Amino acid sequence: MSQKTDHHVILRIVAKPLIPIIALFGFYVHFHGDYSPGGGFQAGCIIAVSVILYSLIFGIAPAMRAVPPAFTRSLAALGFLIFGGVGVWALLMGGNYLDYDALFNEPPGGHDGQHYGILMVELGVLFAVAGSMLSIFYAFAGRVTEIKDEDW
Amino acid sequence: MTGYEGADLAIALINVVLLGLLFVIGIAIARMRSLFAIVMLSGIYSLISATWFVAVDAVDVAFTEAAVGAGISTALLLGAMLLTSRTAKPEKKAMSLVPLLVVIATGAMLVYATIDLPAFGDPESPANTYVGTDYIERTPEDIGVPNLVTAVLASYRGFDTLGETGVVFAAALAVILLLGFGERSLASSVGSRRGREK
Repeated sequence: MSQKTDHHVILRIVAKPLIPIIALFGFYVHFHGDYSPGGGFQAGCIIAVSVILYSLIFGIAPAMRAVPPAFTRSLAALGFLIFGGVGVWALLMGGNYLDYDALFNEPPGGHDGQHYGILMVELGVLFAVAGSMLSIFYAFAGRVTEIKDEDW
Repeated sequence: MTGYEGADLAIALINVVLLGLLFVIGIAIARMRSLFAIVMLSGIYSLISATWFVAVDAVDVAFTEAAVGAGISTALLLGAMLLTSRTAKPEKKAMSLVPLLVVIATGAMLVYATIDLPAFGDPESPANTYVGTDYIERTPEDIGVPNLVTAVLASYRGFDTLGETGVVFAAALAVILLLGFGERSLASSVGSRRGREK
C-alpha cells in the first residue's frame, strides 16, 4: 500500500504492540487453566485472534507469510493427534484410554499424571483450535483480495 | 444470599439491565439490513452475555463466550460477509406474520416451562446434586487441580473434550474442502487482477 492512501497509520501503530500481548495472554490462559478460568480452547481462540487481528490491519498476504496456511492446517491435525496420543500413551502404560493416572506409573495418591496429562491434552486442544480457526479464516479471507474502505 | 442488605437488589438490577441490553440488541439485529452492523452488534451481544455470565458466577462460560462469541466468530463472520453482498434483502411484510406467531408461541411455552425450573443456585436442584456434588467432593484427592471446571472437562469427561476437538477439526476440514486452502485462491485472484491491469 502506498504512503498516500495509508490513513490507517494510528490503527497500525496502536495494534502493533497489542498483538504480541494478546498472544502472550493466550499462553497464560493455557498454562494457568488448572488454577483459573480458561484452558486450551479459550487459549487457542485468543492466539488465533491475535493472528486474525494482524491480518485485518496489515493485510492477508503479510499474515500468510508470517503464519503460513500449510502451518495452520498441520497444527490443527497435530493438536488432534496429541490429544489422541495421550490416550494411547495411557493405553500403552497399562491404563484405560485417557486415564492420566496411568501415564507415569506413579503410586496411588500422586497427581503428576493428572497434572501433566491435563496440560498435554489442553495443549492438543490449543493447537487444534488455533489451527482450525486460522485455517477457516484463511479459507474465507483468501478469496477476497483487498477490501477498500468504501466497501464496508 | 449475601452478607449485607441491598446486595440482592443490586444483583437483580444488574441482571435486569444486562438482559434489557441483550433484548434491545436482539431487536436491533432483527430490524437491520446492513450485514456489517449486524456482525458488529452480534459481537456486542456476545460480550454483554459474557458480562451477564460473570454476574451469575459462570466465569468459565463467560470466558469462552468472550473469546469465541465476541472474538473468533465476529472475525469469521466478517470474513464470510466479504464473500457475499453487504446488505440483506428486505423482507415482505405479509411473510413475517407466520414466523412472528411461531416465535410468540415458542416464547410462551418457554416462559411456561421456566415456572417448573428450580430456583437459581438451589442446592437441592438435580443439577447440583448427584454427580455434581460427587465431582466437588472427589476432585481434590482424584485430580488435585484447583479449577473444578478444568478437572471435569479434561479428566473426568476427557472423551467429551476429545470429541469436541474432533468437531472443531472436522469443521475446519469441511470449510477447507468447500472453499480451498486460501493461499492458492489468493495467489490466483491476485494474479488475475494483475493480468487485468496490464
